[in-house]
Amino acid sequence: MQLVVFVIASLMVLVGAVGVVLRRHPVHAALSLVLTLFGVAVHFVAQEAHFLAAVQVIVYAGAIVVLFLFVIMLLGVDSADDLRIERLPIQRPLAAVMGVGIVGLLIAAVVATRGSEPLQAGAGINVAGVGIDDAVAGHDANITQLAGNLFADYVFAFELTSVLLIVAVAGTVVLTRREKPPSEEDAP
Amino acid sequence: MSVVAQAVTPFNGPGVGWFALSPLLVLVGAALFLLVAGALTPTWWRGLYAFVTAVAAGTAGVLAVVLWDDISDRGPATLVGGALALDTFAMFATIVVCVGLLLVAMVTSDVLHRAGNDGPEIYALYLVAATGGIVMAAANDLIVLFVGLETLSLALYVLAASDRRRAASAESGLKYFVLGGFSSAFFLYGVALIYGVTGSTNISRIVEAFGDRLPIERNDALVLAGVALLLVGLAFKVAAAPFHVWTPDVYQGAPTPVSSFMASVGKAAAFAAMLRVLLVALPFYRDDWRPIVWILAVTSLVVGSFLAVVQTDVKRMLAYSSINHAGFLLVGVEAAAHRAGETDAGLGVSSVLVYLLAYSVLVIGSFAVVALVARTTDGATDLDAFRGLSRRRPALALALTVLLVAQAGVPFTSGFVAKFGVIRAAVDEHSYVLAVVAMVSSVVAAFLYLRIMVAAWITEAPDGELEREPIPFTTGVALIMCVGFTLFVGVVPGWLLDAAERTTDFAR
Repeated sequence: MQLVVFVIASLMVLVGAVGVVLRRHPVHAALSLVLTLFGVAVHFVAQEAHFLAAVQVIVYAGAIVVLFLFVIMLLGVDSADDLRIERLPIQRPLAAVMGVGIVGLLIAAVVATRGSEPLQAGAGINVAGVGIDDAVAGHDANITQLAGNLFADYVFAFELTSVLLIVAVAGTVVLTRREKPPSEEDAP
Repeated sequence: MSVVAQAVTPFNGPGVGWFALSPLLVLVGAALFLLVAGALTPTWWRGLYAFVTAVAAGTAGVLAVVLWDDISDRGPATLVGGALALDTFAMFATIVVCVGLLLVAMVTSDVLHRAGNDGPEIYALYLVAATGGIVMAAANDLIVLFVGLETLSLALYVLAASDRRRAASAESGLKYFVLGGFSSAFFLYGVALIYGVTGSTNISRIVEAFGDRLPIERNDALVLAGVALLLVGLAFKVAAAPFHVWTPDVYQGAPTPVSSFMASVGKAAAFAAMLRVLLVALPFYRDDWRPIVWILAVTSLVVGSFLAVVQTDVKRMLAYSSINHAGFLLVGVEAAAHRAGETDAGLGVSSVLVYLLAYSVLVIGSFAVVALVARTTDGATDLDAFRGLSRRRPALALALTVLLVAQAGVPFTSGFVAKFGVIRAAVDEHSYVLAVVAMVSSVVAAFLYLRIMVAAWITEAPDGELEREPIPFTTGVALIMCVGFTLFVGVVPGWLLDAAERTTDFAR
């Protein structure tokens, strides 16, 4: 069963990733990205990281891809750049180097941790990575720990982000409001 | 894995000292009130938005004074699970921020009214930015510090771009945003590295972790890289050379009151955060970061004074002079670094705080005069605009002279008290080279202030007599307060120095 879920989810991820690169139409590429992100969310569920899966769907598949689509719509789908013209000539070789580097790092990480004990799904994990915290082990251990972090350890930073959102709201109003023409009484 | 029936443990959140948070709550509350009430009602009377802002700033300042007394009685503590520090250092920084906010709001009111786009959003952004500044100064957790930094910075980006009729304003906002985003990323990377070594972002626990591991001396490279990245982020925010290149363009392009807000509140918050991070969290590495502060101080002093002299725009001059002042403040930080982690803190910390208060008032007053001389938001701010100012407005020219003379550090002004303080602190710690560089740079910078004064007093207006600058009421009051404070502190500095000397007992 686990194998079936793994294979299907991985196929989703890979097909989506290839689609992002190969599709000519930017909207199709963005929708392929949704497939990848859903596949990753399924992987998260299989690892019992339910909260992470939900956030993955809401934030990435929901908000961020919608943002991409908005930008594509605003810029106009037809005016997509010809990919043969290179704006930054170094871009592609650099991307290749980075890609190979990341693959190398991942393989190295897998090889290095091959012999170590696998972490149990659903077990509480100490932040320092030292061992398994029995007090919060079990189902939903992730959520319990996360809640502890958000609402006890980092509650002030968490609440302060709401103040940050006020800046976003007020800033949007300031920067996008239509400017009133100056009236006569204001002239010096 | 067997499913164990778990007893539901009751959730115990950290205790919140509501009264200790009251300055923050007042400022955020006022911002929300302005946004909500301002959106639901037609345009308010002239100056009412600014009045609400000023009342909030005043209330927060008074609450900080009350809290100061509490702390003096009970000693420093941490709040909300160690997220914030409640100590006299944080309260002093809070008071500086509130004073800056009060004065800037008064000046902004007239500038916005004259431009015909008075509205609640700008003031709400000021209030939220001040909140972020206070959080930075009081943060006892690097993540809290980062969120405070972002709150302040994002608000400043928007404020810099808020004058939508001038392309220069949008340009300055965008430049500040792009460069500021980079510097925040550097800072966050530094936080991540420190977290990687110590296992916590909380400053108290970071100190404990270093204390435990110091004999082992492992992961040193990670810590040093983290410290370097933290310093880059903070040095950008305080506009210390070589991370200063954004300053002249942004100060020149931004609306004048916003420039003064950046130079006062922004600088005060960033310096307070820098002192707390370096002195409280990283005292074990003081011999590693002190030379960096030394270099930052010297380059800021030299770049700020020499490049300021060749400018022709007064806002750019004041921007370079703010880099020079950042250098002076770093001299104080360097002096404090010698005693990092010791019980006898020396003079460094208190001299920086005195400098921040004095400079905030001076720079707001100076920019207020620039705003008046420019008349409109897109008016000329080059030296020619100041010619013949003494004929048209002798009182304004006099106020400008007092403020500039004080920035140059002439005796009987607050600027002298401030500069004397940091140099004395440096000499106390035997940083003679730094003290000499600081004094020489202040002589060079004096030439810059003299150029503005000469333009205002001696040269005549280029094409006959211009019309007299109108001086609106609240800006006038703000100017009188700035000049009065400058002279008062210059003549009777004892109370301020005494207060600042009681700020060295950090909450840990």
